Amino acid sequence: MFSRMAPRGRSGLGRSLAELGLLLLAILVLLDGTVLSLVAAISSESDTHEAKPVTHKNTSKKSFPVLGIKYDDVSVPFEIALWVLLASLMKLGFHLIPRLSNVVPESCLLISVGLLVGGILKLARDEVPPVLSDRIFFLCLLPPIILDAGYFLPIRPFVENIGTILMFAVVGTLWNAFFVGGLIYAVCQIAQDQYSDIDLSTIGILPCLLFGSIISAVDPVAVLAVFEEIHINELLHILVFGESLLNDAVTVVLYHLFEEFMDSGSVSAVDAILGLVSFLVVALGGVLVGAFYGILAAFTSRFTSHTRVIEPLFVFLYSYMAYLSAEVFHLSGIMSLIACGAVMRPYVEANISHKSHTTIKYFLKMWSSVSETLIFIFLGVATVEGEHHWDWIFLTSTVILCLVARIIGVVGLTFIINKFRIVKLTTKDQFIIAYGGLRGAIAFSLGFILHSEHKRIFLTAIITIIFFTVFVQGMTIKPLVELLAVKKKNEAKRSINEEIHTRFLDHLLTGIEDICGHYGHHHWKNKLNRFNKKYVKKILIAGDRSKEPHLIAFYHKLEMKNAIQMVESGGGSKLNSSFPSTVSMQNIQPKIQSPPSARPSERVLPQLTKGREEEIRQILRTNLQKTRQRLQSYNRHTLVVDPDEEGFDDLFLKKRRRMELDWKLKQMTNYLSVPRPQGSPTMSRARIASGRNTDFIPAQQKKGNKQSSDSQAYVKPGAENVPTIQIDLASPQSPDSVRLLDEVVQDQGLTMSLPSSSRGAYKTSGKDDGRDQQTLLRCLSDPGPDPDDDDDEDYDDDEPVPT
Amino acid sequence: MGATQTHSEYQYENMVGKTGFSTEQIKNLHMRFQQLSGNEKTLRREHLKNIPALANNPIKTEIIEAFFDKRNQLDNELGSYEEIGFEEFLMVMSHFRPLSIKTSAEEKTAMRKQKVRFLFNMHDTDGDGKITLEEYRKAVEELLSESGTIGQEVARAIADAAMLEVASTNVPNMGPDDFYEGITFEHFEEILKDLEMESRMHVRFLDMNTANLRCGQ
Repeated sequence: MFSRMAPRGRSGLGRSLAELGLLLLAILVLLDGTVLSLVAAISSESDTHEAKPVTHKNTSKKSFPVLGIKYDDVSVPFEIALWVLLASLMKLGFHLIPRLSNVVPESCLLISVGLLVGGILKLARDEVPPVLSDRIFFLCLLPPIILDAGYFLPIRPFVENIGTILMFAVVGTLWNAFFVGGLIYAVCQIAQDQYSDIDLSTIGILPCLLFGSIISAVDPVAVLAVFEEIHINELLHILVFGESLLNDAVTVVLYHLFEEFMDSGSVSAVDAILGLVSFLVVALGGVLVGAFYGILAAFTSRFTSHTRVIEPLFVFLYSYMAYLSAEVFHLSGIMSLIACGAVMRPYVEANISHKSHTTIKYFLKMWSSVSETLIFIFLGVATVEGEHHWDWIFLTSTVILCLVARIIGVVGLTFIINKFRIVKLTTKDQFIIAYGGLRGAIAFSLGFILHSEHKRIFLTAIITIIFFTVFVQGMTIKPLVELLAVKKKNEAKRSINEEIHTRFLDHLLTGIEDICGHYGHHHWKNKLNRFNKKYVKKILIAGDRSKEPHLIAFYHKLEMKNAIQMVESGGGSKLNSSFPSTVSMQNIQPKIQSPPSARPSERVLPQLTKGREEEIRQILRTNLQKTRQRLQSYNRHTLVVDPDEEGFDDLFLKKRRRMELDWKLKQMTNYLSVPRPQGSPTMSRARIASGRNTDFIPAQQKKGNKQSSDSQAYVKPGAENVPTIQIDLASPQSPDSVRLLDEVVQDQGLTMSLPSSSRGAYKTSGKDDGRDQQTLLRCLSDPGPDPDDDDDEDYDDDEPVPT
Repeated sequence: MGATQTHSEYQYENMVGKTGFSTEQIKNLHMRFQQLSGNEKTLRREHLKNIPALANNPIKTEIIEAFFDKRNQLDNELGSYEEIGFEEFLMVMSHFRPLSIKTSAEEKTAMRKQKVRFLFNMHDTDGDGKITLEEYRKAVEELLSESGTIGQEVARAIADAAMLEVASTNVPNMGPDDFYEGITFEHFEEILKDLEMESRMHVRFLDMNTANLRCGQ
């Protein structure tokens, strides 16, 4: 409903839209809250009702119940579904209110909503269900987020900075844990708030250290949630994010270590050494488990060519198994999941179909999005739920100590790291890294499962820290990034020149290293790539795709994208760059000439593998060759998806765009000269396939003629390759299109016409055309909610496994 | 010994100024140079071709040519040498120096220009200051030379696409009869500006004294 209103005029409607949105939001929140409390009330009532019928069974015959309430059987799924629905509606709501999402990051809003819902529940039932239990969190909510992060991890920057990331993750977390733990113990011993009811000095050193280890870990969920909105440059993003992922191993080890020590009561040197060993085992073990499952998944995907439908399932299942297997052995589940996703991705993507790839991408995004929303809401609810022990000294000192520890840690480590890095980290970078150390739900869950007697005060402190980092740091990081003019993410797509030169540079630097005679990064990377190409790819990738070097794969992807884009945009405008350009192949071909029909088609049409060729042909067939069908009839049965719902406003926009374009054309008449007609359909298909806008002019004609709803101006069916005579000028058309046609006629004469592409010039009503555009849109690609994401993802895959 | 030592030290000082390497690095590179050239004073193409690790590199010829290319030395002449001395060797290597944290913004731009210039010279084999379609095609073909016949066929298409992209980005409004002769240095810089060559195109040079260089020969 809202989307249809939007194109027609925003100003007056905008404000009422926002108000409507807010109203909707409030209603939904209240509704959900009350429903939740109601169903809980019903469930408690039905419990009591259960007991009675057993005894009264044989005394009286009850009449047949036409309508009854039997809530118990479905209570659990029902409540889960309600929560997920609440989370999704919240997400919807925030994006309806335009200005709010710019100022406040989503995570803050979600926590507030959680607080609200928790408050409602508490009022309604006087108790809140413990929704953020650790089992739900670690088994259901966390894996999708981590898998999403791991599968789409940008491998090249990650591996290039792995040393730095490990330093921050391991040494930084250790430093934080001991610093905070130790100093908080000191504070507890020294200070004592006479108004509090807790005797702080009873908290021993080990619980304090345990607390320190829980609170010191940077949380991937929170980092993702906040950093995604600030679009910071790749290096900083991968540093903070990588740190948040890899410190899981450290956290797991420290946590179990201190827990064991607390139970056993004493620490010895052997235990400390065992702790160190255990750390290596946890980290490396997790990675190995993940890599193992990743290779299994890649291998399985090799054989799925006949059962394409379940391909995504393998990806998800193997990854989840990796996570669970790691958890069984107390290894780091997060690292296992990351390793699995990163290892399997290059091979799986070479094996699976385009649609499976899209499915995987969208499922992962959907699950991780919902998970994240739920986590934050539950955080809010859990805050309201527990009984808190407010001890001001403990709380404030925790907050201050965490901040101080983080800053000292980052600065100190950077000082050491910069000695080894080539691209040094500046002060600005250090500030962002320190400031981006957000804590989140993992810390909360770990605190939740504590068995300590001081659990309550720890939990309160953890929640305070989480709130502080998410609210204060989360909200202020965006303006700070602007203020400090930190470099932002480079949003532009990768061009083929950049790709060529990246590969070129790789080989060049490897060569120079060889000449210099020492084994540096590039040498080892090169060796790994060779090994990969020679052995691994042959095993894990099906068919002849295993031989395809990265550059060629990139090029094919680019071509496919161009072909698809060309179809979507109605077959005319320039695709590849943002500048309108009239440069075409003939501008760069050397002047010596051979008949244009034969040679250019050779040069321009890349030799594709069969599968690819089929795909591209399929795309083009549906667009170019079947213009006849488009002209004549609109047959709903040939459509895959019903285009009608959203068709209208898109149509409207398209029409308007076309009209604007025509107007612009009128002013550029000197460019309306037609390139030399090259008669073969292969040629024009090839030109379209290669994405070059050599058909700039016919496209304009197409657009020009679309304006006129001239039903007489179409070509007879069956006239595909027959040269058509353009006699339709007599038909009532708008003067613009007539003028354009004149130009065509002048240059080409009345006999020969470009068979497939110029026939597009004689289109009938724009409405049909628009609808067909819609159908093609659906058939070929799913635009999805975030086209930018789409592009980013595909150009993300700079794996170390090129040619 | 005394005379030669002071002689070489004096030379080192000179080179530190010209190339920006530290004395340690220059010493190490000199050792490597002598190893490669078999203790002769000059290096020839055969010496470099004999490095076994380089055999697998698809663009080996271009790399070797770059060492003997006069344009990569300070004088900016055209043509190529038959054999080079240590100074020329060092000059070529200096193109791959990394940035240090103290590099100012102007120095960064200068370094980037120098590195991009090196790449440009590698592609522009005939020295006319433009990378023509043929030269670009050859470069891409070499790059994909490991992939057999599939590589060769697609290489032309890729090179054509790349050339078209450069042309459309830099000279958007060409009429159908205009001819884009080749990528000039400015256009080349433009299309590579997002790659930030000054932070990517570098090799780690050893500072420490590596007495036994077990690799290479």
